[in-house]
Amino acid sequence: MTTTQAETGWRFRQTSVIPGFGLTLGFTLTYLTLIILIPLSGLVWHTAALGWSDFWAIATDRRTVKALEVSFGTALAAAAVNVVFGTLVAWALVRYRFPGRRVIDAMVDLPFALPTAVAGIALTSLYAPRGWIGNLLAPLGIKVAYTPLGIVIALIFIGLPFVVRTVQPIIEEIDKEVEEAAATLGASRFQTISRVLLPGLAPAILTGFALAFARGVGEYGSVIFIAGNLPYVSEIAPLLIVIRLEEYSYAAATGIATIMLALSFLMLLVINLIQTWSRKRYG
Amino acid sequence: MVDLSFTAAADTRDTGTTASAVTENRATRWTVLAVVFAFIAVFLLLPLILVFAEAFKRGWAPYMEAIVEPDSIAAIRLTLLVAAIAVPLNLVFGVAAAWAIAKFEFKGKAFLTTLIDLPFSVSPVISGLVYVLLFGANSLLGPWLKSHGIEILFAVPGIVLATIFVTFPFVARELIPLMQDQGTGDEEAALSLGANGWQTFWYVTLPNIKWGLLYGVLLCNARAMGEFGAVSVVSGHIRGLTNTMPLHVEILYNEYNAVGAFAVASLLAGLALLTLVLKTILEIRYGHAIAASRGH
Amino acid sequence: MTQFRPRFLLAGLLAGAVQFGILGFAFADTTILNVSYDPTRELYKDYNEAFAKHWKAETGETVTIRASHGGSGKQARAVIDGLDADVVTLALESDIDAIAEKTRKIAPDWRGKLPNNSSPYTSTIIFLVRKGNPKGIKDWGDLVKDDVQIITPNPKTSGGARWNYLAAWAWAYKEYGGDEARIKDYIGTLYKHVPVLDTGARGSTVTFAERGLGDVLLAWENEAYLALDEFGADQFDIVIPPSSILAEPPVAVVDGNVDAKGTRKVAEAYLEYLYSEEGQRIAAKHHYRPSKPELVPSEDLQKLPELKLVTIDDPIFGGWKKVQPEHFGDGGIFDQLYKPGQ
Repeated sequence: MTTTQAETGWRFRQTSVIPGFGLTLGFTLTYLTLIILIPLSGLVWHTAALGWSDFWAIATDRRTVKALEVSFGTALAAAAVNVVFGTLVAWALVRYRFPGRRVIDAMVDLPFALPTAVAGIALTSLYAPRGWIGNLLAPLGIKVAYTPLGIVIALIFIGLPFVVRTVQPIIEEIDKEVEEAAATLGASRFQTISRVLLPGLAPAILTGFALAFARGVGEYGSVIFIAGNLPYVSEIAPLLIVIRLEEYSYAAATGIATIMLALSFLMLLVINLIQTWSRKRYG
Repeated sequence: MVDLSFTAAADTRDTGTTASAVTENRATRWTVLAVVFAFIAVFLLLPLILVFAEAFKRGWAPYMEAIVEPDSIAAIRLTLLVAAIAVPLNLVFGVAAAWAIAKFEFKGKAFLTTLIDLPFSVSPVISGLVYVLLFGANSLLGPWLKSHGIEILFAVPGIVLATIFVTFPFVARELIPLMQDQGTGDEEAALSLGANGWQTFWYVTLPNIKWGLLYGVLLCNARAMGEFGAVSVVSGHIRGLTNTMPLHVEILYNEYNAVGAFAVASLLAGLALLTLVLKTILEIRYGHAIAASRGH
Repeated sequence: MTQFRPRFLLAGLLAGAVQFGILGFAFADTTILNVSYDPTRELYKDYNEAFAKHWKAETGETVTIRASHGGSGKQARAVIDGLDADVVTLALESDIDAIAEKTRKIAPDWRGKLPNNSSPYTSTIIFLVRKGNPKGIKDWGDLVKDDVQIITPNPKTSGGARWNYLAAWAWAYKEYGGDEARIKDYIGTLYKHVPVLDTGARGSTVTFAERGLGDVLLAWENEAYLALDEFGADQFDIVIPPSSILAEPPVAVVDGNVDAKGTRKVAEAYLEYLYSEEGQRIAAKHHYRPSKPELVPSEDLQKLPELKLVTIDDPIFGGWKKVQPEHFGDGGIFDQLYKPGQ
């Protein structure tokens, strides 16, 4: 990378002939501090001002706990569904040639591009008892809109591209010789997939899962329309933050936000760990 | 429109002959494809179709009426304004951050990258909340700014700030892997030939990253125009003044104006489709340049 | 190396700059902001037009009235956080009190500044049921029958929901002779029949009318009639229970803001004009109960039937200052009673 190797001893950066380090890093750090760090530390500062016992009371309040459970539970379920179908979609897109492949490939990114509120009202209209899908499910006694199941549906929509887009490039890189070797050695196609291919894909699948999960936990726009927002049942943590704000309860709002923030940090850390681990293992 | 399904036949011939060694049997393939089509149709296509179906339920005239209505126009303008401020700022930031991170080795780089990623995993509601805490009437800054005639919360600056926060990583995340992949060889060559830093950037680096950059800007813009949660917390929901398009959709929806709500929603959905088409064109034509930045 | 001119970049930035120029927010004339609650959207749409005309005729000035609607508590929170309202027209006295206490931008004696406790119109809580009333819901006691699903918003964030809650409480108080354990049992049971708890009254109406959830909607009288107008009278029936509560949605000028902006004159006139003949007729047209019914033609009043109405100042409740913390405060009676999923 660099033309001259760094001399011995600790240096903040290795020397390089490329100019602009001070300017770009300075700008990056200033902008990052202004837009992200100061506002976020304001949140942490507000929470710290609460004191431990107040914070603990907010964190262990039954409604808070339930809302976090709903957020994490539904995000987990949706991410799990996306792992299965997302991997299948990625597999089909890479390995099969079929008419409309390009269109499906492009469609996968729709949840990135479609505003969440639009997704929310569209899904709600679809799955409400009178909606196109809702009225098919209603006679079967399946309720989707206004139940936790509705939240899962919205989060499947939101999370799908994360899994597909992380797994797809890795499938593209798989060397077909490995599969041929496995087949030559007498492995059935099922064995080749389950023992040879899947372990190689596991880190990417895990990363995709973690990304979809992290996004799902914090999702708001698409969920509030379809959730029913019933406290203790279908009320998600971000909504509870908004409700606490509306009740002038800043302490509770910031407390819950801080818990979620800490969990987001943790998720990012896990994602980075998986990626480091997989890079080490699979190069 | 481009023909989006033209690559079909090129490399399919070998599947018939070498058969089961590196691919599944026909029945499995059909099942997988059927599942994939069904899944995409139900989860992605149907919501999209529904938006347009509801928008045009009563025909063209009510649709146009809903869109040219002054409050809708104001919402469209505000959304454009917010994106016009947030996207260029994040573009400049993204280029600067990618330059610093990709072209140099320094301590704490991994940590910096994690911080840049942070807005991806922070709930949009929290992104709005932090600005309420920072600029609200109960904060330190809010009353001081107000006494100097500067409005942030419940006004356009607050909406812009929340949007910048949410769309912060998009450009940087596209560029960092791309520029890391390209290394520093081209730049070093230009510098050794006597170009200065700016010339090197304009004539060497920028042409190398332009498609990845455009790609990041597209995604950044789509999110900036569509953000709901963060903006909802900091907007005062004043009709014609601080309602962005997604907020206006919610308001119309709550006024039993389904056609209006879906009409404005269809504009946003149209924007999403346009984004996808442009993105696909970029991928088809410049796939090699973007491939490195795919799937972060 | 190809000569690359970053034209697309420049074009983007230029487009941004042009938008700036065009979009500069310029209002030559007076603008006031009315921060209101959910169901008044249609009322104020009409009224704002009427007032702007009136003000133009009276003073020659053009006034633009901007409106913001949402759950009453949420709207009060926004004003507390700095939303620049000139007037607030909310669902509850206690929401305006909260603004007065936390920001001191509204004088504590605001309630005495306009006639009828600063409520230019009143309303009450009634039932909206599916056509033909298949579940036979006639009175508050019928709500807790086994197979009845009730739609009502969250009392913690919605003003209308608090009136719903209090109307039910008032009925139970009478029914059970003031036996608090039985009243609480009734209220607790009632909320067990609620499948969706929206944050605002409008959200609940959408859930009931558009989404088809629930057998009965506890609604503002005006909201129920609006649903009939919007969705057709062939879908729903209005049921007037024998007794309900007198809801007094109050209005107030936000003194701190109008003095800072110099809009006091027009803001005060805006609220006063609500009590005029035209203001009262518009209120009645939108199914609010005018505080000066003598100004309104009698055919507009016929749709608003007589029923027994308990007021918030009745000894059962003892006024908003007492009710708000006791019932709806953090850990209050509603919090104790509302425990679904257990």
